[in-house]
Amino acid sequence: MRIGAIVTRIMQQMIRDKRTLALLFFAPLLVLSLMYFVFNSNEPDMTVVVSNGSASIIEKLEAADFHVIEKNDFSIADLKEEKYDGWLAFHQTQLKLTLLNDDPSTAKALKMKLSQVLQPEQSAMMKLKTEYVFGDENTAIFDIFSPMLTGFFVFFFVFLITGIALLKERTSGTLERLLATPIKRSEIVAGYMLGYGLFAFIQTAIIVLFGVYVLDIVHVGSIWLVLLINIIVALVSLSLGALLSSFAASEFQMMQFIPLVIVPQIFFSGIFPLDNMVEWLQNIGRIMPLYYAADALNGVMYKGYSFSEILVDLVILACFALVFITLNIISLKKYRSL
Amino acid sequence: MGNNAISLNSIEKKFQQKQVIAPLSLEIPKGELIGLLGPSGCGKTTLIKMIMGMIKPDNGSIQVLNYTVPHKQLLTDIGYMAQSDALYLDLTGEENLHFFAKLYRLSKKEREERVNYAASLVHLTDDLNRKVLNYSGGMKRRLSLAIALIQNPKLLILDEPTVGIDPVLKKEIWQELIRLKNDEHKTILVTTHAMDEAERCDQLAMLRNGHIIAHGTPHDLKAHYQAKDFDEVFLKAGGEAL
Repeated sequence: MRIGAIVTRIMQQMIRDKRTLALLFFAPLLVLSLMYFVFNSNEPDMTVVVSNGSASIIEKLEAADFHVIEKNDFSIADLKEEKYDGWLAFHQTQLKLTLLNDDPSTAKALKMKLSQVLQPEQSAMMKLKTEYVFGDENTAIFDIFSPMLTGFFVFFFVFLITGIALLKERTSGTLERLLATPIKRSEIVAGYMLGYGLFAFIQTAIIVLFGVYVLDIVHVGSIWLVLLINIIVALVSLSLGALLSSFAASEFQMMQFIPLVIVPQIFFSGIFPLDNMVEWLQNIGRIMPLYYAADALNGVMYKGYSFSEILVDLVILACFALVFITLNIISLKKYRSL
Repeated sequence: MGNNAISLNSIEKKFQQKQVIAPLSLEIPKGELIGLLGPSGCGKTTLIKMIMGMIKPDNGSIQVLNYTVPHKQLLTDIGYMAQSDALYLDLTGEENLHFFAKLYRLSKKEREERVNYAASLVHLTDDLNRKVLNYSGGMKRRLSLAIALIQNPKLLILDEPTVGIDPVLKKEIWQELIRLKNDEHKTILVTTHAMDEAERCDQLAMLRNGHIIAHGTPHDLKAHYQAKDFDEVFLKAGGEAL
């Protein structure tokens, strides 16, 4: 019941703090949408240069909204110079597509659309050979890191809000006052986990549903698993935020944890490819909760992993939460020896 | 021991080499109103936190209501009002009271009764539905006092309860404290540096630099130091000890 008292109080406070609620629920959607548009810009006008193409092909391409330029005398250097999106060259037996690929999402869309248009001919008479001016075919961005983004937003916003809420409780003296009542230290921590956990849960649900149904980010696996992972991520972040707030003397000092705690996790969680990094440096990621969260989320959403395949990640995340929660209970001894 | 609400046995506390509480002993009998007097920074709050069990003394032992500190039961038996108002500003006065009442596991019916009683005692009944954010300094103080009384504790420990409260209300609060002592046999420990409040206490303990420099009834102290009022007692007692 004491835990219930804390949970009720937190809910009353949060519901009254409309701006914080808005930050918690809508800021992630805004940022997620922005990233979606930045990395996944909707099929822009695509200009294709066609060499030796038949009239029917060109008609088809134009029907599919391509901007077609017919030029038989063309080279890769010209393509670079003019910044056209692609060059489609017909030879006797093969079809050669050269993509500029200065923007992977455009290149990807172009290739996909082109192969749809050319489907009948291509399979029947000739092979399509694709070459890239910049990068290669693996440069898809948003699809791969969007699952990690959902986990990251849950982690970041929950961390910030609980950290600052608990800090306020420490600096205003209410935490000390709370400990002058017969409440157990573990009850305080449990109340906090449940109270803010509830809001974290709603936030998680909103982010995941928005990402999957509105932004249409890939999700091959079960959406329930995605929710489950993100809820555990929220717990880790809750308990870490609460713990670190005891090392901050002001809101400003709490913000200083962002470059220390949040930013390195982004680098190591796999949003940026780690393959080329020195091995010992790669291993640093393994001490970071988001590394496991990203692995699990990527597994479920992109690769369609099942529960048993992400179990190890979940257990490790749960261990992080458990350790942080225990440290929280111990750290409250500072205020009351009992 | 049986008649003492609080007994401190040669307790001592240092913070980073600085002696905040020199070894001191003090017996506070049950059912009395005791004033702890002293200038700012003399260790009053530290002493109170040690009695609550929130700070551990380096040496010595503390008994409160026949329990050895720290003890969980004591936290139910002591009503505590901190020096700074520890209130949830974004909640209403009523929500604050109910929140603390729940922490003492009062039933819903008891809670209603105690919240109404405590609120009317400090004249906040009409303002209960306002957010504490909009309270004046005095109202916050009164709400803190109401919270200290919420679970009907046997011992009240009030750290400077009347700072920022106007004289009329201050008088009423003191009348209520004396009524609580007389009718409900509560033991009340009050810290203050207002000398007019000292007169109203049954016993006074004067604290300076972690030492108790004088202890007795207001009348005895004045007689002992041949002083007209407490400002004088304080100056003389302080001068003697230093």
